[in-house]
Amino acid sequence: MDLQIDGLNHRYGDMPVLDGIDLRIESGRIVCLIGPSGCGKSTLLRLIGGLEQPSDGAIRQVGEPPDGCLNPLTYIFQDFALLPWRTARGNISLVLEDHGLSERETGRIVDDVLARTDLSEFGNAFPRQLSGGMKQRVAIARALAVNPAVFLMDEPLSALDGQTRALLMDDLIGLWTREPFTAVYVTHNLQEAVRLGHKIVVLSRRPGRIRDQVTIDMPLEDRSDTVTELPQIQQRLWEMLREEAQAADRELTDA
Amino acid sequence: MPDARILAGRPVAFRGGGFAPRPVGPLGPAVFIVVIGLWELGSRIGWITPLILPAPSEAFAALAYLVETGEIWRHLEASVSRLVIGWSAGMILGVAVGFSIGLFSIARSGLVPVVAALFPIPKIALLPLFIVWFGIGEGSKIATILFGTFFPTVIATYGGVDNVDRNLIRMGQSFGLSWLSIVRKIVLPGALPAILSGTRISASIAIILLVAAEMIGAEYGIGAYVLLAGNLAATDQLIAGVAMLSVLGLVVSWLIGRAERYFLRWRS
Repeated sequence: MDLQIDGLNHRYGDMPVLDGIDLRIESGRIVCLIGPSGCGKSTLLRLIGGLEQPSDGAIRQVGEPPDGCLNPLTYIFQDFALLPWRTARGNISLVLEDHGLSERETGRIVDDVLARTDLSEFGNAFPRQLSGGMKQRVAIARALAVNPAVFLMDEPLSALDGQTRALLMDDLIGLWTREPFTAVYVTHNLQEAVRLGHKIVVLSRRPGRIRDQVTIDMPLEDRSDTVTELPQIQQRLWEMLREEAQAADRELTDA
Repeated sequence: MPDARILAGRPVAFRGGGFAPRPVGPLGPAVFIVVIGLWELGSRIGWITPLILPAPSEAFAALAYLVETGEIWRHLEASVSRLVIGWSAGMILGVAVGFSIGLFSIARSGLVPVVAALFPIPKIALLPLFIVWFGIGEGSKIATILFGTFFPTVIATYGGVDNVDRNLIRMGQSFGLSWLSIVRKIVLPGALPAILSGTRISASIAIILLVAAEMIGAEYGIGAYVLLAGNLAATDQLIAGVAMLSVLGLVVSWLIGRAERYFLRWRS
């Protein structure tokens, strides 16, 4: 299933936050959204998933979601959004409970996603017992459980320390290479963008417009830190972002 | 020429620590024993006249007599049943109204001013009115406790609902959970800590109102017992009744503590 965004405008009151966004999110590819802080990239993600209504323009799902998909557009949040009163298993089964699945089927799905995220032995742990990285793994497992058509990831690694971020990045790449998924990945980290993105969309400062789209054809599994092309692309992206970020940094925020 | 001590270096003075009180073993019970012991001693050697304050042993004897005659159970039964009925009805209604204020705009704008206007009224002042409405019997007593516990519960509940992490609710919506599922599985558990700490406040209000209500037209009940003792200047019985109230309060607080430990075991 693809997503097609046409002529998307969004305002908060009188303040425009997104202006004339046209974007295609193709099945099986990861689109990274980067831009200076406050450029509306998280807003765009909330619009894509239907958590907010655009002021203008359309977001369309093109094609059918995969078989057994319970929630086509599924988020992974920066702050994990795990229920502290439920164990890892409970947090995953939460999103299955409204779908009338049998207890056995629910158990099977939970076991499967826990195994895929290497969490099998932590099923009965409460969020407070888990490190930040493990919490985000639970959130990824929860997203996998509903077999989404498109993952909407809102800075999923930003709340983690550098080492954990590197480990989870490898996990995401591993998950994608084993079974390619579609994702919109919002980040302010250019290194993450060039490691994960098939297409990198650079947004300008507020009101967010698409400033450029960079396609990287190199397969994800070949992108290691030793590849010289990636830093070059990263440098180019940074040059684009630099003045936007500088100007955005000097603006007053009263959103 | 610098001082030799400065060259050798001074140790960095420790200035952290403190501000972390911890429970110190059996100090609590020890304070009780010492205070009651001094009181008993004062009564025995005549510092405290029995007319003003009876010795603890006399109050204990009055309590023992109450147990012997079986009267204590009639008083306790009357008081505890009023407390349980009034308090649970107040809690149920309060949680229901608190949830509707927390969830619906119409309930919020319509009911918050009413709650704000009625909450500060001491419910004891309404007791004569309740007697006119609900009769001198059980009705007015239960109504007093119900009204007294209802308002703090409403405020605690809607405060708790307001404080539920909106990101968790967005998460529920983003996974397509039904409205009822979000309320039941995200809002209710998220508001539970606030509701439970509200029960501590409403429980002590309930005990205060219980005694006040029992002082008017009640045959049995701890309040009636204390009032009668006061009228007869039987200070030993009065102290025995007050001690029963204290124990009742401790038991209720212990039960709430158990409930908190059970329902909030997910917290660190």
